[in-house]
Parts: sequence; C-alpha cells; structure tokens
Amino acid sequence: MIEAKNIDFYYGDFHALKNISMKMEAHTVTAFIGPSGCGKSTFLRLFNRMNDLIDATRLTGECRIDGADIYHKSVDVDELRKKVGMVFQKPNPFPKSVFENVAYGLRVGGMTDKNRIRQRVEAALTGAALWDEVKDKLKKSAFELSGGQQQRLCIARALAISPAILLMDEPASALDPVSTSKIEDLIHVLKKEYTLVIVTHNMQQAARVSDKTGFFMLGELVEFSDTKKMFLNPEKEETQNYLTGRFG
Amino acid sequence: MKPDLLRCKRKGFRLFAEALFTLSGTVTTVVILLIILFLFKEGAGLFRSNEVEKGYSLCVHASSPVERLSPAQIKQIFDYETEWIPFRLEDLFDRYSEEELGKDYALLPGKLGEEITKEPKLVAFVPTQYVPTGLPTVRVLPGSRIGWLRFFGGKEWMPTATPAPLFGVLPLLLGTLWVSLFAILIALPLGLGATVYLSELAGEKMRRLLKPAIELLAGIPSVVYGFFGLVVLVPFLQRTGGLPVGETALAGSLILAIMALPTIITVAEDAMRNTPKALREASLALGATRWQTIYRVVFPASVSGISAAIVLGIGRAVGETMAVLMVTGNAAVMPSSLLEPVRTIPATIAAELGEAPAGGAHYQALFMLGCILFLITLLISTAAEIISGKSFYNKKGI
Amino acid sequence: MNKRTSQRIAFGIFRILGISVVGILVGILGFIVYHGVGAVSWEFLTTAPSDGMTAGGIFPAIVGTLCLVAGSLTIAVPLGVMSAIYTTEYAGNGRVIRLIRIMTNNLSGIPSIIFGLFGMALFVNRLGFGDSILAGSCTLGLLVLPVVIRTTEEALKAIPDAFRTGSLALGATRLQTVGRILLPAAFPNIITGLILSVGRVAGETAPILFTVAAYFLPRLPESVFDQVMALPYHLYVIVTSGTDLEAARPVAYGTALVLIVLVLFMNLLASFFRKILDAKKG
Repeated sequence: MIEAKNIDFYYGDFHALKNISMKMEAHTVTAFIGPSGCGKSTFLRLFNRMNDLIDATRLTGECRIDGADIYHKSVDVDELRKKVGMVFQKPNPFPKSVFENVAYGLRVGGMTDKNRIRQRVEAALTGAALWDEVKDKLKKSAFELSGGQQQRLCIARALAISPAILLMDEPASALDPVSTSKIEDLIHVLKKEYTLVIVTHNMQQAARVSDKTGFFMLGELVEFSDTKKMFLNPEKEETQNYLTGRFG
Repeated sequence: MKPDLLRCKRKGFRLFAEALFTLSGTVTTVVILLIILFLFKEGAGLFRSNEVEKGYSLCVHASSPVERLSPAQIKQIFDYETEWIPFRLEDLFDRYSEEELGKDYALLPGKLGEEITKEPKLVAFVPTQYVPTGLPTVRVLPGSRIGWLRFFGGKEWMPTATPAPLFGVLPLLLGTLWVSLFAILIALPLGLGATVYLSELAGEKMRRLLKPAIELLAGIPSVVYGFFGLVVLVPFLQRTGGLPVGETALAGSLILAIMALPTIITVAEDAMRNTPKALREASLALGATRWQTIYRVVFPASVSGISAAIVLGIGRAVGETMAVLMVTGNAAVMPSSLLEPVRTIPATIAAELGEAPAGGAHYQALFMLGCILFLITLLISTAAEIISGKSFYNKKGI
Repeated sequence: MNKRTSQRIAFGIFRILGISVVGILVGILGFIVYHGVGAVSWEFLTTAPSDGMTAGGIFPAIVGTLCLVAGSLTIAVPLGVMSAIYTTEYAGNGRVIRLIRIMTNNLSGIPSIIFGLFGMALFVNRLGFGDSILAGSCTLGLLVLPVVIRTTEEALKAIPDAFRTGSLALGATRLQTVGRILLPAAFPNIITGLILSVGRVAGETAPILFTVAAYFLPRLPESVFDQVMALPYHLYVIVTSGTDLEAARPVAYGTALVLIVLVLFMNLLASFFRKILDAKKG
C-alpha cells in the first residue's frame, strides 16, 4: 500500500505540489491525469525518489510504502528503487542486447548465476508479453526492436527485478495505437501481481486501465476517486471541465 | 541607360564577391596541399643528395680494395676505429707550408696525389676541385645517394658529422613515441578521473567554476609549461632520482601529460555529459547505484567520445615542440629508459633548422622529419574523427 | 553493503584525481605569478633588455608580439570570415563542404612546428620575404585560420533562418543578405573568435623560430620586412641560451607572467564577451 500525506514539493522557488494526500491499495491500478505541468509526473517520481536527482528541490510531508517512510534517513535508495520499478515516457533501452537490457537490473543487484539470470530474463520477457517476439533475437541490439517492443522491453527490464510496485510515466505516449493497446492489455495482466501507478495525458486510457483516478491541476489534487465514478459523475467542476475537453 | 549600367556594376560586384567567397572557402584545403607540397618537395631532395658532404669527394689508392663506403663506415674510418687511415685537408696543411702548395693552392692536388700514392691505406676526404686527376695511383670513390632504408632504418642521427652525416630517423621517431606514450599513460588516469569528477560528482556550482578554468589552462603557451618544467620539474627529478641530469624522457612525459590534460578533460567531459539523461534514469530506476550507472551505462555510452579525447591528447603530445625541447635533454639516442635524455622529432626540427643551411642535406632531412610528423598527426586526427563519428547515438539519432 | 563501499572508494579516488588535476594546473599558474610579480614593473614593460638580457625590460618583445598579432589577424580574419561565409551560406551540404570541413579540422590538428617549417620554406625562402614580420605574420595567420573559421561558422549558424528568408523575401540578393543582415548579426561572435586568435598567436613559439623571431634586437621594427623579438621566443631564449641563465631568471619569470596574463586575459575577455552575448540572446 502506498500512502502520501500532506506532500509539498518545490523546484527552487516553484511550488510544484501543494498539500497532496492519497492512498493507493495493493494490486490496483491508479491513474493520474491532468493538464501538462500539473505536477502528476513529479508526484509519481516521489515514490521511487527519482526527484532526488534534481538539484535544489525540497519536499515536506510523508511518503510511505507498506507503512515505511521511504524518505527516512536509513532508507537505501537503490533498494527502494528495486522494489518500486519505473517505466518512462519514451522507451529508453540501453545500447546493449535485448537480453542484457533485461539482465541489467539483476546484474547490478549482484546476481551472477547465469542460469538464474536466464530464467529471470525469460520470465520477465514473458511477463511483459514480449518473449514470443524476441526469443530469437535476444543477442540483437535493443534498438532493432520497434518502438512498442522497446517499451515492453523496458517494462520487462523493470519486472525482472521483481518489484512490488510499477510506476509508469505516460508509457504509451510515444507509441502508435496498436502498440498502445498492447501496453494497455499488459497493464490489465500485470495488475494481478503488481501495484501500478500510471501517469497519462490520455483520459480514455485512464478510463480503460485504471481502478482509481486522481485529477491534478496546478500542483493540486483536485479530485481522487473510483475511475468509473469520476468519469461518469465527477464531484468538482474543474474535473468536469477537463474531462469534457473545455480546457487542457 | 544609366540604371542598366548601375545594375551591371552591381552584378559585377556581386559576382566578384561571390568568387572571392568561393576562393576563400578552399583556403584551408589549399594551405594543407601547399604544406604537403613544400614539405615533401624539400624533404624528398634528401634522397637525391649524396651521402658525402656536398662538394667533397673521397679518394683512395688505386690498389685499395675499397669499393663503396656507407656513411657509418666512413664515420668509423674517420673516428680512427679501423685500419684505414683517414686524411683531411687539414692534415695536408700540417705537412706542407703555404708556399709548397702554391698560389691558389694550384699544387695542392699534386701533393695530395703524392700522399695517397705513398700510403695505400689512406682514405682522403677533400673538396672535389682538389682531387688529383690523371694519376693512375689515385681512385675517386663513387658517391652514392642517401637511401630510404638508411633514413628510416638508421639508428644514428648525426646530421653535422663530416665527411658523411648520419641521418637515421629511428631514435627521433622512437623518442617521440616514447615520450608521448608515457605522457598519455600518466595523463589518462588523471584526466579520466578528473573527467568523472567534473561530470558526475562535482556540484553544478563547482563544475561551472572548474570547467572554464581548465579550458583556460589549455591556452597557456607551451613555452611557459616548458619554463616551469625546466625550473621546477627538472631539478626535482634530478634531486629525488639521484640522476646525472634531470632533463629526461620522464620530465618530457610529465610536462606533456600536464599539457594534454585540459584537452582530454574538456572533450571527454562533453562526451560523458552528452549521455542521454533517459539512460541514467533508467539505470537508477532499476536500483543501480550511481557508480554502477557510471561504469555500466555512462562509460559504454560515451566510449567513442572518450577515445577521441585520448587520441586528441596523443596528437597534442606528439606535435608539441617547445616544452619538450626545453626539458628532455635532446640526446639523439635510441630511448631505453625514462630516466635518460631523449630527443623528439619536433624538438629536433626546432633545435637544428636554424643552423642547417637552406638546400643542404641536413635542411632536407629536417623537412623529411616534418613530413613524418605531418603524416603521424594526420593519422591521429583522422582516427579521432572516425572514432568520434562512430558514436552509437549519432547513428541511431537518439 | 559491498557495492556502497566500492562506490565510496571509487568516488573518493575520482574526487582526489579531479582536485589534484586542478591543483597541478593552478599550482603552475601560482608558481609563475608568485615569482613573476616582483619582476614586473612599469620600467620592465617599457625598456629594452640590457646586460646580456639579464636586466632591463622586455619592451621590444612586447612590441614584436603586438606586431605579429596585428599582422596575422590582418591575414587570418578576412580569409577566415570569407571562408566561413562560403561554407555556411553558399556551399550547401554536398561533398565539397564535407571535404572543406575535414580539411579545416586537419589544419587545426597540424603541429605548430610544421607551420614553422612551411613558413620558412614558402614565405622566407621561396617568396623571399626573409626573416620578417611579414613572413611570421603569414605563418601565424595560417595557424589561427581554423579558429577564425570555426567561430565565424558558429556565429553564422546561430542566426535564425528567419533572418535569411525574411531578407530574401524582400528581394535582397544573397550577397546583400550576407552584408546587411548576417555579418552585422554575427559580428560580436566573430570578435570573440578574433580575441581567441590573439591569445593563440601571442603564445606560439615554434612557428616564429625560423620566420621572424630575433634573438636580441633592442630597436623597434621599421617595416614589415624587419625581424622582431617576440615574448614567447624571448622567454625560451633567456631560459635556455642566455649568457648567464641564473642572473636572467627574474627577467624570465617576469616575461612568463606577462605572457600568461596577456593570453589568459584574451581568453577571459572572449568568454566574458560570449557570456554577455548569451545573456542578450536569452
């Protein structure tokens, strides 16, 4: 279970997230929607502490995963990131072979047993619905795959280290419709084993894949409820306006 | 009519200006071609020169078995290292007075003939105009041209030796490579370490201060580095190493390493920072530590840029003249140790061209050295270009 | 926590290496400044060397270097700017342009001593300039040509295409566009390249060894066919082949300091200039 309490976040002087609280249950898909620059990606990146990489940022509030404060001093960030996987907006495979891309997380985690690595890679690629397409080109460069395959490779790469949570930052925004629907199918399957949080600018996508949806605007969480409810009967007027395309 | 004339004038000016631009566009190409032309033209003359000094001949007794002498053999003879007796014009002046040699040395060839006839083991080195003619006892040795093999394979560089200078390029070539090689070996860990520090570890403020500072240091004149080496490094090496002289290959390598550092750091740092942010994030998001990310992702991704930096550093070291000239001691011997003096090709050119008479064999030999240096650096800069063009990301357009 | 330790060790080493590199370079600078500051005075800058170059000043060398700077820029700037105009505005993107670019790159990679050899063969001997400011300036001019070309190219490329299309759409010829729009817009950047060239020319020794530099010549040059003393060569001479090397040391430190200040000042000026321009654009 992921829990955020009274989160405020600043880039320098810019107040990017304003007093946000939210709970996400295990084995659910939560979608964040909102106009660009609303803070949804920033919020997502709090949970694997990717925002740490940016200079001059400041965070107040509490961020807990399974009850443990992930910003506590004793937390090992690398270990946290192994538990909280992430898939980025653009497919970003390493300039290595398909196999080595998936094995990367295992290797940096200290796994050396070749057989185990092979098993885990196969399992991860299967889990990402990619195994059948790439089993004959594991040694080929990852760049030879199509954009959609590359993105599923990045998902497989994240799955290989068995995270509990998978964060997806607009995972289909750079892909064509066919690849997008494959990724969405995959999200439905992954839900059984992982807790997913997905940022998307595509409202239909949020409606299709998620159980709960949070609507962000100008750094605030305007509304957070069951997806069905939000799309059929939003509480706030801003949400209504956004969903009906009056701005954004 | 008038506007037409004006238009004509304008058009003429435009064509003239554009022709000028086009011509200027080729200027670098022309300069390079001219450099090649002049270097090779002057240098190639070397292989048309005689091995024996211009205007001089070697004479022996007619019965002498000597057929042809190589420069090295001539040197041995005139160093009294053989059974043959060397004989120079000065020896003749020692034996005969001015009167005996006659007005304008008219009698000199005759006296020389007498000496050669008297002593069958004599090898005389005299101006060609004084060679005795018509004497059956005197034979003039045929002169041979300086050969490619002797130039490129020769192990001795004694360009001012008489009667026959030795132009063996090997000690200089190896000296150049020797000094540069160790310079790079020293500069590499320092430079790459500093690069990683600058691009990955130093904070943004520190980086903004240090990067321009290091770039600035690339602009310090080489003669200043040489001066520093001479007054600080050389005495230091001599004292700590207990060496007879501090001017050694090591001093050269150290100074070159320091001089190559800014080049290596600037180029390699650019390469490392150009690693796409997405790759770093992907690695960190998979739980890799910063160090794992650096050596598993950033290094491999920027390897072509880093190699180009190293190659450029080598190029800078190979061509460097003044600093090396000032601190390496300039002994033209085959390099065998870091703690002995060596001499590099650029230093040789700088040190000797001033004393080599234009058009002489020595002058031509120095231009030939220039050709060799030119080819080496051309090879290096082409290599750098190919390597840096090979970047993975350039090709894939990422 | 094994990988933590290895990271800590690796980063520690890099930090030490990085700081020591900066330390070495700053140390060299500091050494020269420390020893040179005492030697430099108004008199040092304005009088000729005396007592076998162990005393007096370096005035003729400063004047000589300034002559060479002026001479070489007179040659390199028009040629380089026109060459850059050709490659960016006229030549398109074909094979010719690639060849030219490769040649420019190669030219900048040629060691300066080769320029010295070439200058001696062409300007001093073949064209009969003799050891002279003219021969030295030509040699140095060719040496900095790539610098001028590259900075001008960058300046021209930085100008938005809208300027060009806008001018051409109004019926201006390409040449008029270059002369009235592009060159004025690129001018400040070209100046930056010029300043960088000054720094480079002022510090070079090898190319002037056989084309212009005089060992000792206390009078000032009267024409472009005169030899001159130059700062870097003067430093080389007084530390390696003077009459009394030890006695000449203070003069040497002073000369080195003047040289460094001149070169670094030029580089700083250039980067300062660039910063102002960037700020204006931003």
